[in-house]
Amino acid sequence: MRVAGPRRDWGRRLVVGLPFLWLALFFLVPLLMVGKISLSESRSAIPPYEPLFEFADGALVTVRASLANFILLFEDDLYVGAYFQSLTIAGLSTVICLLIGYPMALGIARARADRRGPLLLLVILPFWTSFLIRVYAWMGILKDEGLLNGLLLALGLIQEPLIILNTDWAVYIGIVYSYLPFMVLPLYASLEKLDPSLLEAAADLGAPPWRAFLAVTLPLSLPGIVAGSMLVFVPAVGEYVIPDLLGGGDTMMMGKALWDVFAQTRDWPAASALAVAMLAALALPMALFHHLQGRLEGDGRS
Amino acid sequence: MNTSMIRIAVACTMAVAASAANAEDKVVNVYNWSDYIAKDTLAKFTAETGIKVKYDTYGENEELDAKLMAGKSGYDVVFPSASPFFAAQVKAGVYQKLDMAKIPNAAGLDKVVLANLAKVDPGNAYGLPYMMAATGIGYNIDKVKALLPAAPTDSWAMLFDPAVAAKLKACGISVLNTPIEGVPAMLAYKGMDPQAQTTEALNAAMDGLMPLRPNYRYVHSEKYRADLANGDICVAHGYVGDLVQSRTRAKEAKKKQNIGILIPKEGAQVNIDMMAIPAAAPHAEAAHAFINFILRPDIIAAITNETGYANAVPSSLDKVDPDIAKDPVIFPPAAVQAKLFTAPPPAPKEFDRARTRAWAKFRSAK
Repeated sequence: MRVAGPRRDWGRRLVVGLPFLWLALFFLVPLLMVGKISLSESRSAIPPYEPLFEFADGALVTVRASLANFILLFEDDLYVGAYFQSLTIAGLSTVICLLIGYPMALGIARARADRRGPLLLLVILPFWTSFLIRVYAWMGILKDEGLLNGLLLALGLIQEPLIILNTDWAVYIGIVYSYLPFMVLPLYASLEKLDPSLLEAAADLGAPPWRAFLAVTLPLSLPGIVAGSMLVFVPAVGEYVIPDLLGGGDTMMMGKALWDVFAQTRDWPAASALAVAMLAALALPMALFHHLQGRLEGDGRS
Repeated sequence: MNTSMIRIAVACTMAVAASAANAEDKVVNVYNWSDYIAKDTLAKFTAETGIKVKYDTYGENEELDAKLMAGKSGYDVVFPSASPFFAAQVKAGVYQKLDMAKIPNAAGLDKVVLANLAKVDPGNAYGLPYMMAATGIGYNIDKVKALLPAAPTDSWAMLFDPAVAAKLKACGISVLNTPIEGVPAMLAYKGMDPQAQTTEALNAAMDGLMPLRPNYRYVHSEKYRADLANGDICVAHGYVGDLVQSRTRAKEAKKKQNIGILIPKEGAQVNIDMMAIPAAAPHAEAAHAFINFILRPDIIAAITNETGYANAVPSSLDKVDPDIAKDPVIFPPAAVQAKLFTAPPPAPKEFDRARTRAWAKFRSAK
């Protein structure tokens, strides 16, 4: 059956257009503003950058744009280093989240139907407390005279308190803890859909459980793995609060680098240039991820 | 800083609300450093004047600066450090001229301090001093003694002598996260001009700092207050007022810590925090009343008692707790005062950029 006519067409355009309008308004426009500032020069006034366009009598008189801010970024390896450290920390955290989250998701998916709800609730429960408060709680747990060291000392497992807080270890603990639910939920969604009869068939054909897992469960949950990994990786790359509170300052992630230029040098154009460059540099791994996800979904359909 | 995103969001909401409200509303929007006022100051102000106070706090000058430079912050009274922040903001036209007729209590301010401030704000037109303190070192007396009985507890060597730092590393050393403090301190330790803003001076300071980085537990401007009080670190580069608060908290803590504070004999930097009114302040009238109220001797004495920071109102001293008034790190004796130096003036852009980068490298060095 075909419903032709312009009315339906308009309805469809509206439905498709709304998200685009949203993106244009809240993503594209701010991005263009940042892009504009990145091409100008800093000055001592409000706002603290030179105008890009100068108007006189309603007509455009001069356009002053410069790429100097972008060239300055590559003066040394500071920002390139921050970029790679961000990728490393986010990547490793994603892998750890996957290793912890997968068994959790599988466990919940295989639990009795009436227990799944409460188990999922437990995964989401931490969100009911402010993120900041949870990070502060980790400071209390991890510090030299904190709960963890107190417990380990009391048990006699260690003689000297472990120094965890203000090191990269604490940053990893914080990120993995904070983002684990984002890994578990998509994984659960894809594992829960998995038809148990496929596993029975594998067992009937003589596959031991580990073989059935590798040949059936794992490939079929790949879309969940990719979705979960993206949900962890993307916000972790830009993470600012966790390295600041739990790290020792030597964790130079991109958010921190940006804050330095923006606030310490008070150079908005240079900070904007850094933000634009980082966005461009991040688009690369994201595109790769996206491509992978698209291919997996394509496989799923065929 | 960590919560800056949230604060920015809050500030945006406030700014909108403030601009929508009637300018004659009996409200004043105050944006001050955290832990930097007496418990009853605001309540007393409201009781006496009928003006309500919306009070919000920040942890670093940079946070305040970012909001002010964006324009229309919605705040009526802010507390920037005199140099380089306040100085640069005055140049950028961020503040409005104070109407001294509405601040009669300003007559009680220390003339020496005002003359010093006039260097960055000619005629003291845009700001008046609130609190001031040297930057020094706080240390855990017992823990330091256990590791290094002959520790140089009168000198920057506590932080900057490689042999000392390597020993004290075990119980935790922290350094303020700003080159505006770190670089002059290192220069003073080396016997160089701490206010020098040249490439040579910067390189000399960074050459001294870089190899020390592995000895420092962290480089952060806020965490040390609680950590020193709790015994999680044993040597902290910090603002004396903050260190005094740590020392007080350490005495009240469950596991009592014995904290000492030193102002290095090589000389230390002094920071003066100002009170100023942004040009776009929605309640300038109330803002003047607030500043005048703060400068009243009994009010500012109570703030000094609570915060451990010195004030610039000499006639308040007889109302200050004698322990604090006599404390040589809060109100240093003349011999020490002679060695104090003010923070460096705003630097040229290129130098500023080089310094920030050098500092980022130091902070993130492993």
